[in-house]
Formats: sequence, structure tokens, C-alpha cells
Amino acid sequence: MVRLASAVGLLGLIAASLMIGAADLKSGSVDADLLVWVSRIPRTAAALLAGAGLALAGSVVQLAVQNRLVEPGLTGTPEAAMAGLLAITLIAPGAPLMLKMLAASIAAMAGTAGFLILARHVPRQDPMLLPLVGLIYAGILGAGVTWVAWTTDLMQYLGVWQAGEFSGVLRGRYELLWLIAALAGLLYLLADRITILGLGEDRARSLGLNARQTMLAGLAIVAATVAAVVVTVGTLPFVGLVVPNIISRWRGDNLRRNLPLIAVSGGAVVLAADLIGRVIRWPYEIPAGTVFAVIGAGLFLWLLYAAPRPAGQNG
Amino acid sequence: MIRIENLDLTLDGAPILQGIDTEIPASGLTAVIGPNGAGKSSLLHCLAGLVRPTQGRVLIDGIDIPAAKPAERARRVALLSQGSPALPRLTVAELVGFGRWPHHQGRPSSEDHRLVQASIDCFDLDPLAHRRLETLSGGQRQRAFVAMAHAQTTPWMLLDEPLAALDPRYARDIMDRLCTLSRPGPEARSIVVVLHDLAMAVRCADWVVSLKDGRLVQSAPRAEALTSRNLSDLFEAEILVDEVQGRPVAVLA
Repeated sequence: MVRLASAVGLLGLIAASLMIGAADLKSGSVDADLLVWVSRIPRTAAALLAGAGLALAGSVVQLAVQNRLVEPGLTGTPEAAMAGLLAITLIAPGAPLMLKMLAASIAAMAGTAGFLILARHVPRQDPMLLPLVGLIYAGILGAGVTWVAWTTDLMQYLGVWQAGEFSGVLRGRYELLWLIAALAGLLYLLADRITILGLGEDRARSLGLNARQTMLAGLAIVAATVAAVVVTVGTLPFVGLVVPNIISRWRGDNLRRNLPLIAVSGGAVVLAADLIGRVIRWPYEIPAGTVFAVIGAGLFLWLLYAAPRPAGQNG
Repeated sequence: MIRIENLDLTLDGAPILQGIDTEIPASGLTAVIGPNGAGKSSLLHCLAGLVRPTQGRVLIDGIDIPAAKPAERARRVALLSQGSPALPRLTVAELVGFGRWPHHQGRPSSEDHRLVQASIDCFDLDPLAHRRLETLSGGQRQRAFVAMAHAQTTPWMLLDEPLAALDPRYARDIMDRLCTLSRPGPEARSIVVVLHDLAMAVRCADWVVSLKDGRLVQSAPRAEALTSRNLSDLFEAEILVDEVQGRPVAVLA
């Protein structure tokens, strides 16, 4: 039932995404085939992949620090990726995309590792503390990035990386995002290990898991995913927070069981946000990141307040 | 048998355990007791191979545990450590199922499923098997975690204060179950439990390891170790061990 419903929902969104845009496919004034192949399909795929990747990255980060209230946007990962991009742009302005992606991934990994080290020293009694620490950490990294971009006259680039939007997605300029599909496959193989990590380091190690190695693998997947999203379409807040939380409430905490649903839901909500952004002031567009920030913030507040935690449960 | 040879543990320059040298017999249930800060949890972590001793060796059934590979270690020793309940939305069956992970690494066989069910049954969790941990009471949840350690089917089970914050009835249920498991038989387990509740130690332990300030005070059979005098010295408070209706009890004077 769940599978059928999500498949139908997703196909509906995809169909809508292919149909809707500033140009009318049936007017005859544009080459409809060309438009669909060059713009609409890449755009739809980009939204699905970015959303799926960010939702999965959110799940991994949440299990790694055993806190459901964090997401890549609250661990300094996108800001660190931007720092890497900025650095490579300054050092080698004409670097090919793969090199830029590599620089962003490495920087994102370092930035996330910094957060994980910080997280070890944050008391666990209050689950709200860690996201606040992450917010400040990301803010500090972001401020540093902005300062460098400002002094080197690269603010324009920064604006593109910060605001997730899909109107610029064309064939030949988004394919890097398919890396996320490969990473999701890898994650599926590691899913049990990452769930066990979520039981806490002691329990994980007692089960014979190499906790550090697993943490590192998860970290690399998160960093590469976020870097790919930042490089191609720009970062999207809240996706990694809201989607895993809703799925966890509904279907539990077993990552392997939920991974396909998390990926599909993440893709669907980002595609929906992009669609809303396309139609709300047609023929102009609002970035999907902006649309989702509004919806996501609302959902996040609902997650925090609407459903009370059961007695005796402290996160 | 666990053989602890000249074990020292220093963390951040502070001596946690010093010169521990003793043996723990494989048969029966061993209680580790001592005042707060005595090093009981640290000792258990060393025995489980999660903390590498600064000096000395830990041999479990002849195998050097700190040097063993993680997967090999996890098939010999299961440790249930203290800690906040993570992953509240796992079901009991999923949690207990992860106990089999060291054996199948993600590809459970029908034998693994059978053993998970056996552990669920062993701790009377069958009616709760598909409930999420967040919906259970503290006692039920603790039973689920003990069942997970049980499902690891290791010859040795180490439990760090499994009775913390449990009502007397739940505490007794878990302890009696562990007692039964440690009795000789084809599926007998060697069990080492850190206990704060002396009444439980007196009631269930076969062997007692007493620690104080990171040093071994005594490692002896229950009757020898759990006397009024020994306990009073160990805890620096007058404790009486006596019999009520034919059962040994320990009370604060």
C-alpha cells in the first residue's frame, strides 16, 4: 500500500514537473521535444536527486550523533563545501567541475568532522543543545566564507551556492547529481551499520562494529552528497531535517527498511517545492530553497511541538 | 574463565584501575560490587575489550581480548553498557535482532531468526515484540536490551548495572532470569554483572569481585565475600548480612 501510494504520488509530481513551466508545450511556439529533453527532464531529475540525497544525508547525520534534531545544514557541511569551492575558485578559476566537486567534498568532510568532534563535548541531556551548537558552528563557518567572498569579489558565486534553485538546470550541467544515486546505493549496503551506530558507540562496538570506520564512511557519503548539491543547484535547508523525522515517526528507526522511502520522500518534497515555486507567480519563479524554507520551517515547528514525546523518553 | 593479569588503566592521566589481578570462574553469576567511582564500569569495559588497558592482559577462555578482532570479540563477549536509550522508534524485535549482527553482518539466516525469537521468548517479550521502545516502560525496555545481549549468544555476558532505576519487581525478574541462564546446562552463559543493589548480589551471585578506589579488594565465592564485615569495610557504612525466612539478605544497619 505504502509503496503503491508513494509510487503514484511521485509519478504525478514528475508528470506535473514535465508539463509545467513558463513555456506552454502545446502552443507550437517552442520545440516541445527539445525543451523537455534539455530543460524539464534534467530539472525534474535534479530536484529528485538533490532531495533524496539531502534527506538521506540528514538520516545519516542524525544516527551518527544520536540526535534527531540535526541535519547537514546544522553541521556546517554546506558552508564548509562553499569554503572548498571558494578556495578552488581562487586558486584555479578554470578548474573542471570534477576538481571543484572534489575540493567541495573534502572541505565538507573536514567541516562535518569538526562538528562531530564538537558534538562529543556537548552534553546530551537536552536534545535542543546540539542543533543550537550546530547553528552557531555553521554560522561561524558561513561568516568566514562570506568575508572571504566579499574581499575577493566572489559574492555572486556565493549567492548561487546558498539559494537552492533549479531554474538554471540544463542538460550537461546537473549530471554530477547522479553521484547521489550511487551514494544512496552504497548507503543501503551500510544501512545496518549506521543504524547500529545510532544505538551509541559502546553498544555498536560491543556488537563488533568498527564504529570509527563506519562513522568515517557515513561522513564521506554525507559530505559528497552535500557537496554535489551545493555545486550543482545550491543548498536547500530543512530537507534533511524534516523528511527523516517524518519517516522515523511513521515507520520507525531502522535505516535499511526506510531508506527507499526516505529517498523517495526527499525527492518528492523538493520537486513539489520546485513546482510550487514555478506556478506561484507564473511566469516568474521563486527558488525551491526559498519555498521549502517556508514549508520546512513550519513542519519543523510542528515536529517540535505538535506530537508530545512519550513519558520517560528523553530523545 | 576470565583471567585478569596485572591490569592498570589510566585515563587522561588519572589512574582508574590499578594492579587488578584475579580470575573469574566461567560457571555461574559473578557480581562486581563497590562504592561509586570504584572502577566497576571501567573494569567491565576492559573485559569486553572496548577499553584497552594501559598495562596488563585480559584473557577470556584463553583469548587475549583487547588484541582480538572486533568481530571475533563480539562472538565471545556481549556487553550491555549503561547509557541513554537511543533509537526509541526501533521495535523490540528489531533491537533484539541487532544482537545477531556479529554473526551475520547483515544477512540473517533462518537460524538467526530462530535465535532472536528464542531471546525474545526467554525474556517474556513476545507480546511486546512489535512495539516500539518508546512505548515501553523502563523495565520492559531494559529487558529488551538484555535480550539483545542474550541474542548475541556469546559464552560471556557482561552487564553494567542492568537494574539501574528499575522497580524491585522488574529488577528481580531480570536478575532471576540471569540466574537461571547462568546455571549449568547446554545453553549456560557465564554472566558478570555490576550491581549496586547488595540485596540482589546476596540473592543471586555465585562469585563476587569487590573493587574500591580502582583496586581489587576481594575476588571470592559469595559466602566468603559477602559478610557483614567485608561489606561494611567496602562501603564504609555498617551493613548487616543475615537470613530472613531462610534467604540471605543485606541491610543497612
